[in-house]
Amino acid sequence: MLILTCPCCGVTGEETEFHQGGEAHLKRFGPGSSDDDFHTYMFAKENPKGAHFERWRHNNGCGKWFIMARDTVTLEVYGTYPAQTHEPPKNIRDAITAKRPGWTWRDFA
Amino acid sequence: MSEAVTPLNGADFEGLATIKDAGLSGMITLRGDLASKEVKAAVKKAVGLGIPLQRQALSGQGTAVLWMSPDELLLLCAYDEVAQKIAALEKALEGQHFLAVNVSDARTVLRISGTGARETLAKLCPVDLSPGAFTPGMVRRTRMAQIPAAFWLDDSGVFYLICFRSVADYAFGALKDAALPGGEVGVYG
Repeated sequence: MLILTCPCCGVTGEETEFHQGGEAHLKRFGPGSSDDDFHTYMFAKENPKGAHFERWRHNNGCGKWFIMARDTVTLEVYGTYPAQTHEPPKNIRDAITAKRPGWTWRDFA
Repeated sequence: MSEAVTPLNGADFEGLATIKDAGLSGMITLRGDLASKEVKAAVKKAVGLGIPLQRQALSGQGTAVLWMSPDELLLLCAYDEVAQKIAALEKALEGQHFLAVNVSDARTVLRISGTGARETLAKLCPVDLSPGAFTPGMVRRTRMAQIPAAFWLDDSGVFYLICFRSVADYAFGALKDAALPGGEVGVYG
């Protein structure tokens, strides 16, 4: 069971109040992109053992999307931040580094 | 015009808590920039209340304003005054980016009162409803068993719960079940 705080309305709730919406920080490749780029965007997802970044939606609450950093092994929630963020904020990275020194996730570290 | 009725048609149940159909209520969803002075003035004009703080409710004489999300309020008023309130909002917000919709017939309101009210809701919603954590004037949108719901607590210790009209029967049944005598947990003393 994940306990997380919605950065949009401030509610701290458990995961059944929210819904996961796939990997975060994706760069989208649509019409006009190369097949390779589209293939990578569409199918090549991260599958980490450790820190992971996902989009979540507070679907039984304020209805807003946000991003959550969590650990796929310990189920620890490192933190949440607004969906309009292009890379994880420093406090989230620091929280991950404290538990998993040397972590990397795509281009982030 | 057809006669408007609530989906539960006045149902009530007396158990660990009293669960009652709250009757027809006027409900207006207002979306817009809650920090703007225009929205503030429009709400003041329509229901005579200010903008509540995050996850709070303000109530007046037969009206209330509930904070639903960072850009959404729910205004409550008498059922037959909705059209007039929406007209007032639309006039006050002319030229602004906003949305004011009558949702009175899309939702229903239940009244949950009595000593077991907190426990009844806590059995169904993943929310800390202890008297210290959930205080009068708070609004919470959450999951109630299998449906989304929103509730707030007024100053007299009565919970008002809003859910979609289509699931009113499910909501009433679930609450009734949670309030069945013999099912006391006593977690809130």
